Amino acid sequence: MNKKQGMQSVVFTNPPIITSTANIVGPMEGKGLLQGYFDYIMPDNLNGLASWEQCESYLMEYAIKKAIEKESSTMEEVDCVFAGDLLNQLMSTHFAMKNLKRPFLGLYGACSTMVEGMLLSAILLDGGFFNKIVAAASSHHDAAERQYRFPNEMGVQRPPGAQWTVTGSGAVVVSTSGSGPRITTGTIGKIVDYGIKDPNAMGPAMAPAAVDTIWQHLQDIGRTPAYYDMIFTGDLGSVGRDLVIQLLQEKGVDISNNYQDCGCMVYRENQDAHAGASGCASSAIVLCGYIYKRLLQDKLKKILFLGTGSLHSTTSYQQKESIPCIAHAVSIEMP
Amino acid sequence: MPNEMNKKQQEIKEKMQQQKYQSKVDNVTPTPPLLKNICWAFVVGGLICTLGQLFTDYFLGLDLPKKEASACATAVLVFLGAFFTGIGVYDDLGKRAGAGSIVPITGFANSIVAPAMEFKREGYVFGVGAKMFVIAGPVLVYGMVTAFIIGLIYWIRQ
Repeated sequence: MNKKQGMQSVVFTNPPIITSTANIVGPMEGKGLLQGYFDYIMPDNLNGLASWEQCESYLMEYAIKKAIEKESSTMEEVDCVFAGDLLNQLMSTHFAMKNLKRPFLGLYGACSTMVEGMLLSAILLDGGFFNKIVAAASSHHDAAERQYRFPNEMGVQRPPGAQWTVTGSGAVVVSTSGSGPRITTGTIGKIVDYGIKDPNAMGPAMAPAAVDTIWQHLQDIGRTPAYYDMIFTGDLGSVGRDLVIQLLQEKGVDISNNYQDCGCMVYRENQDAHAGASGCASSAIVLCGYIYKRLLQDKLKKILFLGTGSLHSTTSYQQKESIPCIAHAVSIEMP
Repeated sequence: MPNEMNKKQQEIKEKMQQQKYQSKVDNVTPTPPLLKNICWAFVVGGLICTLGQLFTDYFLGLDLPKKEASACATAVLVFLGAFFTGIGVYDDLGKRAGAGSIVPITGFANSIVAPAMEFKREGYVFGVGAKMFVIAGPVLVYGMVTAFIIGLIYWIRQ
């Protein structure tokens, strides 16, 4: 039976279950809005390790191990791991995976990696290939900053529309049996590029991709935004969030009542993060802490969760190319 | 031929769509607090320059000739820029002062020390050595080229 529905979506016949999640963050995120929703808050951005990159590997390893430990299974039961981060050649992911010794497929979807991993996990589980898959993503502020922008000690002024890369990691265990919220449908995004070239304006660059995927999801599955208690996007920040609402309004879809962006949920106003959080971990830490708990408490029953990624590189930016963006979506529902 | 026309039309359409979106983005993107930034830049930049003048006067007081005195003051300012970068203060200053702390020579020191610190983990040759001038390098290159051109003009006019 073909499980594809519409142009870009899949509907799962045996919806895979998110049986466990775990997250870990740096000190700045720990002092933010979601203070009580983290498994571990590091004392500093190095956590006693030799480099930021090593620290990021540690973040991911911790998140995956913790998620497995929380549902009291063992690492050997994990059939496959989907993971990725922001660094060149997925550096931190690969070193984390070296220690975990599980079958692994690396993903690069920039900040959409978490949802990309969950979507693929759900497809493989519903397809009957595996029983338990872990999807994980990480980012590290200092490591990302030095790769994409300026050295951290440089005295540069960030524009007010800029976002702050989250230091942290989140891991989701998706299984064919157990209890918890289920991944019921998924929509695979396509690359959308509205010609934004400023790497400080990633929210505006990604907003059209998010809009495209939300729109397509509603068309394919035949739902209205009101079907969902909440629609979340990954890391558009306050500027991108406003654009998504505006662009969807122009298409005749109103999501202003049940939509929030994870990037607006991490930092407090006075933490100087400007337009909000970004990075793979932005959506990962919010999903694996706050949102998952709200689902388990039945305070949220049906959500649409989108990962949004800006797929530029330092080379593409220097060659004056615009920023290609993507958004993937999964709907998560309590039974 | 009609195919080519279509392609061109498509391109124009895309460009218009992009421009339309850009103006939407501009509408919702917060603008920098210009007056506040200018005041910060003015005060901090001014203070750094005043500090430089104080050092120059001090060295002049030690009976150094003017040229040497200003060279000594420059060296002290470069040291201070590097020192405050090292203890992690200069980036906090730069966040507020912007050009006020980038343009003076202390900012130049910051732009060399910051990458040097950051790339120490990649070793002293390919890290510190190679990356040290990653930001200051262009400034040096174009500074020298400009100096050369001006020197040439000066020489021809003579």
